[in-house]
Amino acid sequence: MTSPQQADGFAPKPYWNPYLSGIGLGLVLLAAFVIMGRGLGASGAFSSVVAYGVQKVAPEHANANAFYAEYLGDGTANPLKDWLVFEVIGVFLGGFISGKIGNRVKGKIEKGPRISSRSRLIYAFLGGGLMAIGAKLARGCTSGQALTGGALLNLGSWAFMISVFIGGYAFAYIMRRQWT
Amino acid sequence: MSAPFYKYGLFNDEVSLIVAVFIGLGFGFFLERAGFGNGRKLAAQFYFTDMTVLKVMFTAIVTAMVGVYYLSIFGFLDLSLVYVTPTNLVPQITGGLILGIGFVIGGYCPGTACVSASTGRYDGWAYVAGLFAGILFFGEVFHLFEKFYTSTAMGKVTLPQLFHLPYGLMVFLVCIMALGAFAAAEWGEKKMAAKKED
Repeated sequence: MTSPQQADGFAPKPYWNPYLSGIGLGLVLLAAFVIMGRGLGASGAFSSVVAYGVQKVAPEHANANAFYAEYLGDGTANPLKDWLVFEVIGVFLGGFISGKIGNRVKGKIEKGPRISSRSRLIYAFLGGGLMAIGAKLARGCTSGQALTGGALLNLGSWAFMISVFIGGYAFAYIMRRQWT
Repeated sequence: MSAPFYKYGLFNDEVSLIVAVFIGLGFGFFLERAGFGNGRKLAAQFYFTDMTVLKVMFTAIVTAMVGVYYLSIFGFLDLSLVYVTPTNLVPQITGGLILGIGFVIGGYCPGTACVSASTGRYDGWAYVAGLFAGILFFGEVFHLFEKFYTSTAMGKVTLPQLFHLPYGLMVFLVCIMALGAFAAAEWGEKKMAAKKED
């Protein structure tokens, strides 16, 4: 027998207050500065994995490429034994734990009501691709540049952050069918 | 001075990888708490209906910035040992614009996509696949625009250096700016909610 209250126990719980989550995030970032002397990141981990993959498939090609070389190092260590790779594994775990606690782990697609699931997945893939190119050009993404560099008052990071908002708002109207 | 601990040799590289997992764990946890595993909530930032992205981001920046500032003036943290990425102004502005467009198309950024994927969102996984494809593409054509990538190199420049302001004053100005942005965000959300009811 399930009473309404029990059923509620399985409903997704509301998200935290944004300022509270922001303080939590800021303290994690501060801990990274204090413990490691570096900030957070995300896109760099994906670059390490790609560089590693290319090196496995075509070693000469990868070693001759200046972009991959940066992530492959001098060859003495496995490129996947990288700080950001391990950090991103933690991000996956941490997100899952928080989602579990909040009853929010669910196989579904996040989209607006006016777009098909298939189109949404294509857009997600394309958006991810564009974002990767942008992040590589900018030497970091929202975590590595905006958050980390933002807190360190880094000029390039602030210029980057303002550009992200401009790019997003400029393109929002074109993408409105996907979200609204 | 005793921090950053790693730079002072308190632990080795192997231990740093364990630290990485725990830092990432906290990062992912708070991203999901804020609702950032949900592309609709993230994209709503660009339609002024939900300003959570701005609020969380600026609260996090202000928290860490103020923390770093006080820990360094108290002599606990050596700020010169905290890594600051060098600025390449034009490629970074270009990258930011492309990334912003990608954000509103894809609905995530690289970090939030990991949280979305790990909480079961298929669009999060599609985005992660796109990330791999995009990086591979960038890597393969890198030689074509390597010159642009390394252009307008300015080295390590911070806002206090640029504006010739004391570090503490810059910290204070960013705090004031953030408070203004929070007030504007709260006001904007109320406006949009009222508009919806009409």
